[in-house]
Amino acid sequence: MKLKLKIWKQKNQTAEGKFHDYNVEADEHMSFLEMLDVLNEGLLENQQEPVAFDHDCREGICGTCSLVINGRPHGPMQGTTACQLHMRHFKDGDTITIEPWRANAFPIVKDLVTDRSAFDRIIQSGGFVSVNTGQAMDGNAIPIEKDVAGEAFEAATCIGCGACVAACPNGSAMLFTSAKINHLDLLPQGKVESSKRVVKMVEKMDEEGFGNCSNVGACHVECPKEIKLENIARMNRKYFAAKLSAK
Amino acid sequence: MKWLTSLLTSSIGRKLIMALTGLFLCSFLVIHLIGNLQLLVDDGGVAFNDYAYFMTHFLPIKIVSYGLYAGIILHSIMGIALWLQNRKKKGVGYKGGKAQGSWASKNMGLLGTLILAFIFIHMGDFWFKMKFTDTLKMVSSEALGHDVKDLYKRVSIAFENPLIVIAYVIGQLVLAFHLWHGFASGFVTLGINNKKYTPIIETIGRVFAIVVPVGFVIIPILHYLGISF
Ligand code: SF4
Ligand code: FES
Repeated sequence: MKLKLKIWKQKNQTAEGKFHDYNVEADEHMSFLEMLDVLNEGLLENQQEPVAFDHDCREGICGTCSLVINGRPHGPMQGTTACQLHMRHFKDGDTITIEPWRANAFPIVKDLVTDRSAFDRIIQSGGFVSVNTGQAMDGNAIPIEKDVAGEAFEAATCIGCGACVAACPNGSAMLFTSAKINHLDLLPQGKVESSKRVVKMVEKMDEEGFGNCSNVGACHVECPKEIKLENIARMNRKYFAAKLSAK
Repeated sequence: MKWLTSLLTSSIGRKLIMALTGLFLCSFLVIHLIGNLQLLVDDGGVAFNDYAYFMTHFLPIKIVSYGLYAGIILHSIMGIALWLQNRKKKGVGYKGGKAQGSWASKNMGLLGTLILAFIFIHMGDFWFKMKFTDTLKMVSSEALGHDVKDLYKRVSIAFENPLIVIAYVIGQLVLAFHLWHGFASGFVTLGINNKKYTPIIETIGRVFAIVVPVGFVIIPILHYLGISF
């Protein structure tokens, strides 16, 4: 299949970027990233600069790939990362626009690569449980209700890709932050630091320059792991409770 | 007090202010609508004028009305501030396509600003004239035993003008869209969102967003057409 690509090119964070047009010959069995590999190989053969884009696992679990494809983070398929998106969802002769994540808290490093370390700093601020060293406890010794475990697991499937921020018209990181808070907070091990965690992580999120959530819900639609909006409501609840009960 | 200021200035805290003031304003809409429906009663405005007098002279209502003004001001200032800030935080938008989410949810700032403009026009026309000028004629009220300002007459004159009627229709359409997102969104912000309650709240929100503006808009339309009951 022959495709026309409109790709955002930008030298570095401060340089001005613009769209470049490329033509590429792809196969419908390729993944989206393989199609970009083919493009880059061709560019290298012709001594041109390849297009910079982020990727790592290429199996939908690391959250590194980050492309806005035709205006949609991770492309048109629901619950799918860009690396798991296949070219069979496009037609021969299509023009595809590829842009980087857009949010001021995610500055562009080069072309389609953005700096998402703000997420790491949110995690560092409270996205952990403290445990004493020593003999590991028997996991089954702590009873956890099945539904609660399921809810915690669902929240834990967030891969930290940042599509929620990219999708949000406000550039808000509330879906990510709430998923990370809840997957720990729902479990007994996470309850110990519950109040501290939610306050710290929300403070960090604000400090990192993410926007303010207005419940648009675009984050949930674009999230490759379909993290639920209920997470945000739960985080709000926990945050109010932590603030109101703080000494 | 540090906890309170840090709560109210955080992203979630500012959402909280928007939700609480927004839902408070929703409750006002219901009261306002019920009162205004008296404009449709075919009694030459007696019931409505008595009601208007009561609303502007009864102390507890006066106190609540100051809360209402404060609510409108807070909701507007905070809303506009958030709108401007979020545009900055988003930075550049996408060329390849539009963001997901309902049109109303993505345009709350614009809708809210239009509603604010509507409130200014609306209050300037009735509330301001009633409270701060002598342009309204006095009529005697049998029930109250003294004269009251004839606000009903002022309303009738206004709604004889088709341009004003159209402005009201547009104003209520904008309000409908604002409520379409705002009502349910307020509850999510308060943390009330789960499998059990969300469908109920969303349905109430949608019904509210249609019934209330329709209720308001039939008043100028029926007045213009000269229909009363
Ligand atoms: S919530 Fe979804 S979109 Fe956001 S970082 Fe996690 S996996 Fe990605
Ligand atoms: S490259 Fe790892 S999720 Fe796409």
